[in-house]
Amino acid sequence: MSGLEVQADRAPRSRPFSRHRRPRAAETIAAVLALFLVLAAVLPDFLAPGDPLGIDPLGAFQSPNFTHAFGTDESGRDIYTRVVHGTQYSLVIGVAATAIGLSLGIVLGTLAGMLGRIVDFTVNRFLEVLFAFPGLLLALLFIVIFGPGVATATIAVGISTAPGYARIIRAQLISVRGKSFVEAATVLGRTRWQILLRHILPNTLAPLFVLATLGIGQAIVWAATLSYLGLGAEPPTAEWGAMLSAGRTYITSAWWMSFFPGLFIVLTAVSATVLGRSIDKRMRHA
Amino acid sequence: MAEPVSRHPATLRGRLRFARTLRRLAVRLAGAVFVLWAVATITFFAVRLIPGDPALAVLGGPGSQASPEALAAVSAAYGFDQSVFVQYLAQLGRLATGDLGRSYALNMEVGPLVLSQLGGTVLLAVLALILAWVLALALATWSTRGGTVAARVGSGLEIIAAALPHFWLATSLIVVFSIWIGVLPPISTGGVAGLVLPVLTLGIPLAGFLGQVMRESLLLALESPFVLSARARGESERGVRWIHAFRHASLPAISLSGWAFGSLISGAVVVETIFARPGLGRTLLNAVTLRDVPVVIGVVMVVAVAYIVMTLATDALSRVVDPRLRLS
Repeated sequence: MSGLEVQADRAPRSRPFSRHRRPRAAETIAAVLALFLVLAAVLPDFLAPGDPLGIDPLGAFQSPNFTHAFGTDESGRDIYTRVVHGTQYSLVIGVAATAIGLSLGIVLGTLAGMLGRIVDFTVNRFLEVLFAFPGLLLALLFIVIFGPGVATATIAVGISTAPGYARIIRAQLISVRGKSFVEAATVLGRTRWQILLRHILPNTLAPLFVLATLGIGQAIVWAATLSYLGLGAEPPTAEWGAMLSAGRTYITSAWWMSFFPGLFIVLTAVSATVLGRSIDKRMRHA
Repeated sequence: MAEPVSRHPATLRGRLRFARTLRRLAVRLAGAVFVLWAVATITFFAVRLIPGDPALAVLGGPGSQASPEALAAVSAAYGFDQSVFVQYLAQLGRLATGDLGRSYALNMEVGPLVLSQLGGTVLLAVLALILAWVLALALATWSTRGGTVAARVGSGLEIIAAALPHFWLATSLIVVFSIWIGVLPPISTGGVAGLVLPVLTLGIPLAGFLGQVMRESLLLALESPFVLSARARGESERGVRWIHAFRHASLPAISLSGWAFGSLISGAVVVETIFARPGLGRTLLNAVTLRDVPVVIGVVMVVAVAYIVMTLATDALSRVVDPRLRLS
């Protein structure tokens, strides 16, 4: 490959994004999907007027058809209605767990990065201890002690993601701390806190945006996993993980019972990621 | 780096380096012991917080209708009648001598039990990690050289892969490969065929994560001055990528592999349950449900040791790949 081709390769990416730039197809799809999901979370009855718990034993195990787009489950409940009504659980859990994890991460990471070697050492050991716990065990312990449920699962997922955020924030902070503009601020006689708040933190936290959106997707996946293992939302609640868990028994005959709730978990996580990245790109190039 | 001026620079430098390495190792070792102690302590007290009588758990749980005499006998035998602090010290003392205790529910020693389950999980995790690295590397390489379309397709695949929940991927793979096509067993049979679906289930989402990180740093590296200067020297594109850019780009992915191992262990809980594979994950889930304290602590300690070894390994690998780390 010659140098010219390399330039051609690079041109599209380094072209600055203007605010009037037309969104890419993937971004449009992700935005529409996100809109649908938010609508489903806020006004589920608008998108699916039926009762997510209403049974119809005679209409059980219908494969996807015109009256039941996603089919029906073992009690004849409409899967589409249940998936729509389950959106609120997943979105709230994902956002709340990520907020918990990020907040803890920012506090720990800033402490470690700013307050000298002793604090850094202590926080690092603490993080290492948290890391050595497999995330799911931390969540399992939390749930067995405080009882299963959506709130416990959310806090558990938040805590188990915190060490990852803390470590990334610390590394970012240390690299920013060594930049010349920080040195310049020091030379100009700014205090440590001024430098931290005005120069270091903004430059540390901006790149976290992508991480946070990735985190929402992951938090939704983990919370659904807990429900799947029977430790989060309990059946017959229309939560996606719980629905998948119920569908597991009928996997050989009724694949749609597991497929559609899982598909929505994936779609939610993907649209959060795509949107987060595109916002990050626009912010960076603005 | 400014070397001390000396009449015997080589010897002195060597001695200094050796002393520094020893010091670093000692700090590391102390850190490892501390982590193990903290993990044991947190686990012990966390499991104590679970409501209910542990003696009842030994005798088969709330449904067993054990007599008060039997409960008292079990309490005395396991030391439940002593204070929590005494039980904690006893537990630490046993752990220090490598004795993981006896399972409440399975009536066998925890050490041999955990060791017998360790192999399957480690095999699964290592294969999944290798698969993830290969997939991520292939995707990152292809999508950074194939133009805009390849970049978008690659990025899309990574995002989707990273969003796949283990339990959904596992059931989907079972439906497609075991029920519709019928080529692979839906539950683990012990052979190689039984390993394929579990490894795919664990490896594909991880590949999505590693791929994202790797591509981002590969793109960054390809725009760095050192790549420009390598190109200016007339280095071939392959040389630029594999010698200069890839070395740079692999660093974040290497340090992520320590985290990846932990997430694979978490994933193993789900995967081993779905595919009915014997392993640490399934043992752990059962033990937590049965309140089998010694087994929970045993599994967590083994995972903690494995994690520490993994961290040391990725750290050493980072130092080999990135000379800048050796300076500090």
